[in-house]
Amino acid sequence: MSTRCMVTIDGNQAAAHVAHALSEVIAIYPITPSSPMGEWSDEWSAAGRRNVWGTIPHVIEMQSEGGACASVHGAAMTGALTCTFTASQGLLLMIPTMFKMAGELLPTVFHITARTVATHALSIFGDHSDVMACRATGFGMLASGSVQEAMDLALVAHAATLESRVPFMHFFDGFRTSHEVQKIEELTFDDMRAMIDPEALAAHRARALTPDRPMVRGTAQNPDVYFQARETVNPFYRDCPAIVQRVMDRFAQLVGRSYHLFDYVGAPDAEHVIVLMGSGAEVAHETVEALNARGAKVGVVKVRLFRPWSPAALLAAMPPTVTAVAVLDRTKEPGAEGEPLYKDVLSAFGEAVASGQRASLPKIVGGRYGLSSKEFTPAMVKAVFDNLAAATPKNHFTIGITEDVTHSSLAYDPKFSTEDPSVVRALFYGLGADGTVGANKNSIKIIGEDTPNFAQGYFVYDSKKAGSMTVSHLRFGPRPIRSSYLITEANFVACHNWAFLERYDMLSAALPGAVFLLNTPFPPAETWDRLPYEVQEQIIAKKLRLYAIDGYKVAKETGMGGRVNTIMQTCFFAISGILPREQAIAAIKNAIKKEYGRKGEDVVRKNWAAVDQTLDNLHEIPVPERATSTVRRRPPVPDEAPPFVREVLGPMMVFRGDELPTSKLPVDGTFPTHTTRWEKRNIGIEIPVWDADTCVQCGKCALVCPHAAIRMKAYDPALLKDAPAGFKWKKYIGKELEDYVVTVQVAPEDCTGCGVCVEACPAKNKKETRLKAINLHFQPPIRERERANYAFFLDLPEIDRQKVKVNTVKGSQFLQPLFEYSGACSGCGETPYVKLLTQLFGDRAIIANATGCSSIYGGNLPTAPWVVDREGRGPAWCNSLFEDNAEFGLGYRLTLDKHAEYARELVDRLRSVVGEDLAEALIKAPQKTDADIAAQRERVAVLKQKLAGQTSVEARTLLQLADALVKKSVWIVGGDGWAYDIGYGGLDHVLASGRNVNVLVLDTEVYSNTGGQCSKATPRGAVAKFAAGGKPMGKKDLALMAMTYGHIYVAKVAMGANDQQTVRAFIEAEAYDGPSLIIAYSHCIAHGINMRLGLDTQKKAVESGHFPLLRFNPELAAAGQNPLQLDSRKPALSYEDFAYEQTRFKMLTKSRPEDARRLLQLSQQDALRRWRVYEHLVALYAPESVAAAALGGNGH
Amino acid sequence: MSTGAGPEQDGSRKGMGVMDLSTTYMGLRLKNPLVPSAGPLTADLDSIRQLEDAGASAVVLHSLFEEQLKHEAAALDHHLSAGTESFAESLSYFPEPHEFRLGPEEYLEHIRKAKAAVDIPVIASLNGVSVGGWTDYARQMQQAGADALELNVYLVATDVNLTAAAVEAQYLDILAAVKRVVTIPVAMKLSPFFSATGAMCRRLDEAGADGLVLFNRFYQPDIDLEKLEVFPNLVLSTPHEMRLPLRWIAILYKRIRASLAATTGVATAHDVLKLVMAGADVTQLCSVLLRKGPGELRVILNELTAWMQEHEYESLAEMKGSMSQCAVADPAAFERANYLRILAGYA
Repeated sequence: MSTRCMVTIDGNQAAAHVAHALSEVIAIYPITPSSPMGEWSDEWSAAGRRNVWGTIPHVIEMQSEGGACASVHGAAMTGALTCTFTASQGLLLMIPTMFKMAGELLPTVFHITARTVATHALSIFGDHSDVMACRATGFGMLASGSVQEAMDLALVAHAATLESRVPFMHFFDGFRTSHEVQKIEELTFDDMRAMIDPEALAAHRARALTPDRPMVRGTAQNPDVYFQARETVNPFYRDCPAIVQRVMDRFAQLVGRSYHLFDYVGAPDAEHVIVLMGSGAEVAHETVEALNARGAKVGVVKVRLFRPWSPAALLAAMPPTVTAVAVLDRTKEPGAEGEPLYKDVLSAFGEAVASGQRASLPKIVGGRYGLSSKEFTPAMVKAVFDNLAAATPKNHFTIGITEDVTHSSLAYDPKFSTEDPSVVRALFYGLGADGTVGANKNSIKIIGEDTPNFAQGYFVYDSKKAGSMTVSHLRFGPRPIRSSYLITEANFVACHNWAFLERYDMLSAALPGAVFLLNTPFPPAETWDRLPYEVQEQIIAKKLRLYAIDGYKVAKETGMGGRVNTIMQTCFFAISGILPREQAIAAIKNAIKKEYGRKGEDVVRKNWAAVDQTLDNLHEIPVPERATSTVRRRPPVPDEAPPFVREVLGPMMVFRGDELPTSKLPVDGTFPTHTTRWEKRNIGIEIPVWDADTCVQCGKCALVCPHAAIRMKAYDPALLKDAPAGFKWKKYIGKELEDYVVTVQVAPEDCTGCGVCVEACPAKNKKETRLKAINLHFQPPIRERERANYAFFLDLPEIDRQKVKVNTVKGSQFLQPLFEYSGACSGCGETPYVKLLTQLFGDRAIIANATGCSSIYGGNLPTAPWVVDREGRGPAWCNSLFEDNAEFGLGYRLTLDKHAEYARELVDRLRSVVGEDLAEALIKAPQKTDADIAAQRERVAVLKQKLAGQTSVEARTLLQLADALVKKSVWIVGGDGWAYDIGYGGLDHVLASGRNVNVLVLDTEVYSNTGGQCSKATPRGAVAKFAAGGKPMGKKDLALMAMTYGHIYVAKVAMGANDQQTVRAFIEAEAYDGPSLIIAYSHCIAHGINMRLGLDTQKKAVESGHFPLLRFNPELAAAGQNPLQLDSRKPALSYEDFAYEQTRFKMLTKSRPEDARRLLQLSQQDALRRWRVYEHLVALYAPESVAAAALGGNGH
Repeated sequence: MSTGAGPEQDGSRKGMGVMDLSTTYMGLRLKNPLVPSAGPLTADLDSIRQLEDAGASAVVLHSLFEEQLKHEAAALDHHLSAGTESFAESLSYFPEPHEFRLGPEEYLEHIRKAKAAVDIPVIASLNGVSVGGWTDYARQMQQAGADALELNVYLVATDVNLTAAAVEAQYLDILAAVKRVVTIPVAMKLSPFFSATGAMCRRLDEAGADGLVLFNRFYQPDIDLEKLEVFPNLVLSTPHEMRLPLRWIAILYKRIRASLAATTGVATAHDVLKLVMAGADVTQLCSVLLRKGPGELRVILNELTAWMQEHEYESLAEMKGSMSQCAVADPAAFERANYLRILAGYA
């Protein structure tokens, strides 16, 4: 037997370690937080890692979870050892097949990072609502509560499914366990081999569907036998718990860790017991031990095997002395008389009493906790015990929130703590881009591997992709750590970014006498005086030891750029003394070598140099006796914000949303738009400044800005009389608005400093050609000035849409963007298209948004980027799901069409009230242009006045529906993962329907939001997750497929290559009275490019023939013209010149150079062939060709 | 070590007498003086085969640029970590292969493949930026089978504080460091921009250079008037440019021990003849082969042979150095007086 070693890994890796080793076929689809299990499997197979029987598992990415599950079904049916990974909606998509698999007694394991199912809102975080939704499928359900268990019980599940023939869900809590890093003991391949019963495996293979032993399965059955046949599985479910226990016992014998179907922890004579499963059981375990040590007699039952449910095993696990039981469910079933585990426990006791096995029923109450990874702490566990001790314990309670509407929540004392004093607890506040989390994961590994300590790391991220804050929670101690909750009492707090001090209260978690480590841009002598007053006060009151380092200086000097990670890590080790200093530095360097070694010696040397220079720059700052600072912490939102923003969104912005009671939140997930404007995140270190003299007023800077942080207005110069000093303007260039002046203005606090506008600017300063009409400047000194300028700018009137040529880049950019300051990545390639959409049609746009990046920057709380214009109109937005978006958007259209039709019918019927002329105009008015729309809106306003006093049912109905008479613009927006893969069937159907919907595909050629997994839009040769060896097949041509229908408007656009064509395509698509599909090339951080040069990448995509621009307009065909127009030229740039500036392609040359060369050649051929096909199509669609073909067809 | 075929096999026209075109370059016995220089053609294995078929007597592979390797590694590190660990759903954006070939592996593989593919000597070319880079890569190139090394000291001394003495010292240091770690011959490819080119060549010779390659050409900046941008550009050489190496080879011939290779502007058999007569052991060709294809080497070789036959030379050795400064009637023709006389001629 090989020896087991300790490893420091997260729950996903722990489960995947077993799953990969015990499988032959793995079908996967990315969904947070389970994606890493699929990624590990794919990477391991790509690297040639074999399973325990010496063969490399086949890993295949499918188009959806439904597809993955069906493939697993097929694989199991034909005798493979097979598994998959999923969560939440993904698991729900598997349900139909899961019923089949269980009904067919096919062994498999689904490893599930239990995640909230979307209801009033999507949540990527953890609870049991997904797995509970699968209770009826017949799958076994095995719950793990920690990283170690995620590995151990994964093995139990794989062994038990083969022996019992019951398929299994093995689940653990999303993020809390899947992403928590712990030092655990790794199972060996010998362990795993020894756990699998070879006879059960042989029997599974013998049952395989094969023409060598032909049989038929999956038949249709009738009322005569279905029922009886359904009951045939009973013995398998009856025997399954015993089989699982037998497997657990075998595991205990082999490995030494003992598990039971229900594990009891606590006093043998406890009267009060909590029952729960998952990571919360670990918290309860820790709390029970702490309470009992203080004299209490309580216990906890950890549920391992939830299905098949074994009441006997549950009751056997209970102490005989139990008088009160609290059952905690991490899910909610609205309308039910209780949540699932509660009801099962209740019925177990009830049946026992009814059958005489038990004399009496204890008090049993149920409660909900921890939805969407809501914190579950020892303080809450104690409150649950306190409730049990009450004379009449509250039933159907909630714990961990303030539920002040129906008053279900239990009160708890947040100060109650069970933290072990021997555990070091450290909190690190980092900027996403500075590498803090990576370094902390590294630190855990160092401590886990170089010391006898146990170690735990958990990481909290925020809702923005650009300039985001990360908080790392690290614990180290001599005993195993069960504290699966955030640190609120830290011995060590580090702030890696000075700007956070002004915004967040990070010292409330510091214990008295703790260390506060600060990355400061100021010299040691100045640092104290620069701290906000509130921070100084806390440091003094808590007697904190303050250490400071100018990490950015060290990073700059050592070539680390903005990454202060290894520098701050070195400080942590030096100050905390967890390891002797020399040993710590050696360990950090060793870890750097391991982490970066494969990226080249230079990268290692650079990081080592940063470590070496750190300690000379680290200073302990003397703490004065009194706080004297003139700097104050900023309120999260300004006082002039609306009450809802101040009271609800404001606390969420500063990570205090946990404090909000239920009554403050909307009942159905409806939130106001136009709220990103209150955030003022100030994350742009450098921001653009306009040089009016050089500007040519082309509008490109405003067009390409991903965050609508640079804008252009044309207005009457008379308005300048109140302008702040320094407000810039210049005379309008051109004839349309010759009496106007123009200002290009930056939103200084909303700009992320990506520099895309600077790259897009075509104007050069004649005296100094490095300067353009837009140039980046350090933000802090100009912030106040530009803030005043921007405020004045926003107050200037918006242009009358009819005064500008909206079908030009310049004209479109005088229109107000109704999408601003989103949380997208700095330099995002998608958002400029979304913003353009809102400029052109936002005041009548209704958007259906597929889950993905666009739904996150479009609707991730706390704020919404959609803007309301001065007339009170603006984009209305909703995200249903990932897979159903096209159909969801079609639903909008159906309503709008029906209501418009009905309203016209009512207008017709009410001609006498409405007036003949108005009625006629309302019914027949064209609504093609902005002027048409404005005229119709005026008519509707008159109509409403006329209907106001009417009492007839029809008149009142028409009043309700009158707005439907104004044309609305339906936009179905999503990424390539949706359009090319999971939503393709629906998209195809919606496009085929002929209905007037506009589909915008933001094609980043990869699943961006879930971290870069391959989609069918991914180009050949690109490296992506699930295509670690470079995607072997070419990109699907969605445009070509849509064109084959003939009735669909299709455009391929790339703003960086031809912005004018982009604007035209949007306008044509919207104007087309039928389905439209715009596929927009969107550069992405997942391409591994310099995002500032994203537009240049787009240009190269087009010039190389990778992404030719085209428009196919059926209206032109109807008018006797060629509907297909190629808007780019024949490929003139080599594919290599496009591809090898991007890491996604380039990295393959460094890992598999021969494959890279071969795939590059094929891609080059693809590009040329694609162009030839399009050229031929243009010729074929030419009216004369069509006519000739028609003639030929008639036999002339 | 492969040294190419003897004079009896190549360089002779059908039906004509035997012509000895052989030459010795850094101790390598070569069948003729036509050596394709470092460039795109020698980066490709098929082209190398075609060059051998056309009669090339050796090849100098394209340069391995240490700076590029460093840049690629830094870029990869940057882009693989950009945006990671910032957002809960996308903690990374790429799978991480277990190994990247970020060092000179690909180049070393190219040496090995070139050696396996052709019989003529293969000379590796190296452009380093650090002392460690020069020596490590040089050692590995020798291990990969290179018959000789050409050190491409691609240095444009743009720093106005950098003195000529410091620049010269760098050349000497690099040469000495590389010579210490390899046993195969080492050539220095030089820039023409020395205050005292002759003295510099002599010092390199004394420091152990086995060959001098005269001269390197650099990317030259140009200005795009429409975009108002500077763009570095490498234009192919023109024939008149061979006069610069011609002068210095003529002057250095017999004055130093190291072999002499002429490069820049070698386009015709006449150019080759002139450079050999000035004292070149080999002539390196690039632009002409890029313009006309690898087969042009055969044309030059045939013309060279024809000219020699026509002018009744029996071997290349006969003419080598025959027009060097030491050998001509008017040695001053290679010196500054030349310039003055031309001016005087216009007066």
